[in-house]
Amino acid sequence: MTLQVSNITKIVAGQVHIKPTTLTLETGHFNVLLGKTGSGKTSLIKMMAGLDPIADGQILMDGQDVTKLSTQKRNISLVHQFFVNYPHMTVYDNIASPLKVAGMAQSEIQGRVEEAADILQLRPMLNRRPHELSGGQQQRTALARAIAKESRAVFLDEPLANLDYKLREELREQLPELFAGRGAVVVYATSEPEEALLLGGYTGLMDDGNVAQFGPTAALYRKPETLVAAAVFSDPPINSATVTKEGNIVRMGDAVWDAPDAGMADGNYVVAVRPHHVSPVQTAKNTVALSGEVLVTELSGSESSAHFRMPSADWVSLAHGVHPYEIGVTHPFYLDPSACFYFAPDGARVIGETA
Amino acid sequence: MKTQNQKAWYFVLPVLLLVAFNALIPMMTVVNYSVQETFGNNVFFWEGLRWFEELLNSDRFHAALGRQFLFTGLILLIEVPLGIIIALSMPRKGPWVPVCLILMALPMLIPWNVVGAMWNIFTLPDIGLLGYLMNTTLGIDYDMTQSPFAAWATIITMDVWHWTSLVVLLSYAGLVSIPDAYYQAAKIDGASPFKVFRYIQLPKMKQVLTIAILLRFMDSFNIYTEVFVLTGGGPGNSTTLLSIDLVKIALGQFDLGPAAAMSLIYFAITLLVSWLFYTLMTKDDAK
Repeated sequence: MTLQVSNITKIVAGQVHIKPTTLTLETGHFNVLLGKTGSGKTSLIKMMAGLDPIADGQILMDGQDVTKLSTQKRNISLVHQFFVNYPHMTVYDNIASPLKVAGMAQSEIQGRVEEAADILQLRPMLNRRPHELSGGQQQRTALARAIAKESRAVFLDEPLANLDYKLREELREQLPELFAGRGAVVVYATSEPEEALLLGGYTGLMDDGNVAQFGPTAALYRKPETLVAAAVFSDPPINSATVTKEGNIVRMGDAVWDAPDAGMADGNYVVAVRPHHVSPVQTAKNTVALSGEVLVTELSGSESSAHFRMPSADWVSLAHGVHPYEIGVTHPFYLDPSACFYFAPDGARVIGETA
Repeated sequence: MKTQNQKAWYFVLPVLLLVAFNALIPMMTVVNYSVQETFGNNVFFWEGLRWFEELLNSDRFHAALGRQFLFTGLILLIEVPLGIIIALSMPRKGPWVPVCLILMALPMLIPWNVVGAMWNIFTLPDIGLLGYLMNTTLGIDYDMTQSPFAAWATIITMDVWHWTSLVVLLSYAGLVSIPDAYYQAAKIDGASPFKVFRYIQLPKMKQVLTIAILLRFMDSFNIYTEVFVLTGGGPGNSTTLLSIDLVKIALGQFDLGPAAAMSLIYFAITLLVSWLFYTLMTKDDAK
């Protein structure tokens, strides 16, 4: 299966909600839509699913134009952030509902439902009602419905967002296996960069109703093409500041480091660096000394982060271990210059790659 | 052995006092009347359960009770489905929502006696808009002061006009609380509008509908003012509902003892049927 969208646009009351978007989504791997809340992930999914009208453009499934086709005829599935099951039907009937509507034979329905229930470990719950299940089981029921239906495209709209931490990790590990070899195009929306990295496959970085960049997830992480793409793919937010390149050096306030080799003309650039490349400890890689007044610190088990203020910008450092920060005191920080992305002042990528 | 915090009872005391003053004490005076005979001047004669026995064997009481059940049954059969249909056809988003809601709420804002008077004038065959049109333009013989059927049709129509809104508003509240995601799921499954109603909307509306049916039952079973102002219980006794009969006995004939006994039976029936409704309608949830 291939799901292609070309130039699809959404306009509501004269406002452009989704800018013209062109994507080719393939089966065999997850297609992640990564972006903040309100960046247009759900809108894009609804447009692809045929739930929302599109102002312009085309949607193709295996080369066939389905733009005008109703949702039910597209044979797709959608799993929501919150758990949508028919409230008074049993788990079995919930999983079977699309098959029943399609008029499938009873014996085949049973086979498919039981297969899906086995994969999602729902076999003992088949006779229960959704409200008798835990959140994780409810969401697994919704996933089982998508699997039993054998749809051509499966849209997962932040399916793990309302689950607790442990369940989320467990289900996230299972997800790629569930859909492996089923031939469906899987689209997965999330607001967490980490999830995109864990699920692998391809990622589309969404910002303000626009897909800033689409490509293999790892490549996107290493080579964001624009400042926006780099910012979407960073949590905590990426650090950026204006720097000046003169000859062989780059200057940011008092800090100076060697310019990257590639041919950058002299002038102003925007440097962007992920917080974990700014460390409170000097190492072989973290060589460029910065200093800033610590504003906020957070300790999350094995990592500590510090927001600090420099004359040119406020930055964040994220480092392993526990570091003794004092609020309001100026601490030294060390930047890894090899991890810097440099963008032209308008945000287009110039150079830079990180591990 | 389980320890119990007896202090918790103190928190219930204010409610108990309040209920005692506005319900229990007045009711006890009714109980007091129901077992005695009085001719005024605070002189009472003990009668025991005589009024209850007489009442339960009286044809007049049976007829009034029958009319009461007929009335309530009919308006429930009409108002509940009609209310759901109207709620389903109301817009759920957009500028028309407040307009629809206000229009729906209007009949409920009118006082009962005004509703009765309004419909009385409205249906007069010589000067009422409806009565005149029916009799002259449409040529239908319609006079609710003469025909029991016309009187019944009018009181039912009046109640439907006055109170369907309540069912509409409650059903509507249930409908708008259904997240879009459910409709989307139905759309993806290709469910028909009837299936959407049967498997999504109705289950989600069930709780508010239970409340709506209970409220409509209690209100219509205890209805007095509107029907009294409209027909006065006539023609003959054809629209003399239980409440109207009760007032006739208590204030018309000043039979305080039998009237008090009737009140208690009336109250017991209302309570029992409400309890039955509630238990039956919430049975599934308890499972």
